[in-house]
Amino acid sequence: MDHVALKMLIGDRVRFLGMVFGLTFTAMLITQQMSIFLGLMSRAYAAVTDIPAAQVWVMDPSMDTIDLGGARGLSATAVDRVRAVPGVAWAVEHLRMPTEATIFQASGGERRDCLLIGVDDQSGIGLPRIVAGRIEDLRRDDAIFIDRDGLDKFARSGVTVRVGDTIEVNDHRAYVAGVVEAAVPVWFSPYLYTTATRARSWLPPLRRDTTFVVARVVDGADPAVVAAAITRRTGLRAETTPVFTRMAASHFATNTGIPITFGTAVGLGFVVGTVIAGLLFFQFTRDNLRYFGALKAMGASDGVLLRMVLLQAALVGLLGYGFGTGLAALFGLVAGGSQLAWLLPPWLLGVTFLAISLICLAAAALSIRTVIRLEPAVVFRG
Amino acid sequence: MADSAPTDPGVLPVRARGVTKTFTTGAVATPALRGVDLDVRAGEMLMLVGPSGCGKTTLISVVAGILDHDGGEVVVFGQDLGRMDAAARTRFRRDHLGFVFQAFNLIPALTAAENVSIPAILGGMPRRQAEQKARELLAQVGLGDRHGSRPTQLSGGQQQRVAIARALIHEPRLIVCDEPTSALDHRTGEQALELLRAVVVRPGRALVVVTHDARIFHHADRIATMDDGRIVGERLPSALLPSGAHP
Repeated sequence: MDHVALKMLIGDRVRFLGMVFGLTFTAMLITQQMSIFLGLMSRAYAAVTDIPAAQVWVMDPSMDTIDLGGARGLSATAVDRVRAVPGVAWAVEHLRMPTEATIFQASGGERRDCLLIGVDDQSGIGLPRIVAGRIEDLRRDDAIFIDRDGLDKFARSGVTVRVGDTIEVNDHRAYVAGVVEAAVPVWFSPYLYTTATRARSWLPPLRRDTTFVVARVVDGADPAVVAAAITRRTGLRAETTPVFTRMAASHFATNTGIPITFGTAVGLGFVVGTVIAGLLFFQFTRDNLRYFGALKAMGASDGVLLRMVLLQAALVGLLGYGFGTGLAALFGLVAGGSQLAWLLPPWLLGVTFLAISLICLAAAALSIRTVIRLEPAVVFRG
Repeated sequence: MADSAPTDPGVLPVRARGVTKTFTTGAVATPALRGVDLDVRAGEMLMLVGPSGCGKTTLISVVAGILDHDGGEVVVFGQDLGRMDAAARTRFRRDHLGFVFQAFNLIPALTAAENVSIPAILGGMPRRQAEQKARELLAQVGLGDRHGSRPTQLSGGQQQRVAIARALIHEPRLIVCDEPTSALDHRTGEQALELLRAVVVRPGRALVVVTHDARIFHHADRIATMDDGRIVGERLPSALLPSGAHP
């Protein structure tokens, strides 16, 4: 009887298309909004993952995210205290301070807020993947590297900065020696990278100017155990990279209204989809009650009718899910080159599938109840 | 097709004794059947007639096993419907009952052959085989060239023929028709009844027709008249025919 169920459904074109449209809209909205939200969330912690060599992040005990502007820094001795903890292979200082840059144009100077990042003088640890220039260039006088997204942002606002240009950082001359591929920042932009020593010399003097100490553990050691040892011995907060990543994401989620905004959109999509698809499906079933009644009179069991209704719900659900997630993915592809934060992990498709399944089950449940309770004698009542 | 009913040709297709049924809405109880006794014999076309609200449709529903009765006994081909649970009654209908509904109830999205094949598929026949048999039956009822048509592409009379073919495909032994001519003009109604008599009435098979339409009474073998929830008379069709009508 599967073919009967499907033909009944598709035969009612207007309702069929209405149901598919409703579920497509819902699947697209849930997937698209969640992808943007996850994209923004990933930007909140991406600066952590920009330094893949670091396994442990050490910070002031009150810190819980990556970019708080260095307001809660560590003393200059912190890096040596961390290095002294057994299990630490190496540890370097990592400065992150908001400041101001001036880019010279023919028309005058363009002043921009930026984040100045001081990486290890010797090794350059803290510098993301270099896409223009060499790491040695960072040791040249007044050298800085800029993140590519920052350059793009300059370009979009009509300010052109190239490798070899000279700009001013906090009233100090800075030479653009290279470009790095850093995660798109959520708080400050652009990222300007230089050595930790140079960064200190360009910034106003602070008693505690080391934002983080990043460390790697010796081969075979458990980063979580070493992080706990650092905390015990130094009194500083030390977290493994995965834990710090989650902390940064959590800070973002709890300190901005963004989850509420996106959650509201997703919730509305769910409700609208449920109402549109649910009502249309229920109406479709009601309009076909005489046929379900006739089938029941002719000997169709409750199991057969249940299967028919579930199959109908499954078809509209699968089509809506397929079209909706396809459109969302297309949106992500088209918008991929823009500033849009976008992250569509495979599990999100599972979440959308679950949401659409719930809507279809809710819609089908109403219809199933009506069909199962239908008295077949209704077919003799004209 | 499964056959849970005895095949003894001597068994009465329908034997109803003292059947009662009351519908209750809130505190209001409306008796629809007040102790009906009725036999339907093998090979006959029995017409059930009477004024609106007299209980004809309720009785046919009870006899067809799609409505529970409150009291009395309904035995169809030796099987007491009152002793069956809902699932058993569903299987019994599937295997032994054929229906021709007043409004035909053909599924609009299906072709004539697909509509006709439904009872056979419900009985377990493979779809392809069921549709082949449906085409053969449609040819028998004069619609051999319309098996691919949808109900909306057929006239009322043609839809009635499709409904008759659907009632026959699984070779049921009791066929119930509810007002089979009410949606048809007189000539088409006559043709439908002639067709029913020609293709349905067979030894061992019984046909119960509920109707208001006095113009088709002459097709019956026997007519049972109902009034106020009871069978008030049984007679031969000639006794009910107006003078000058069909013999």
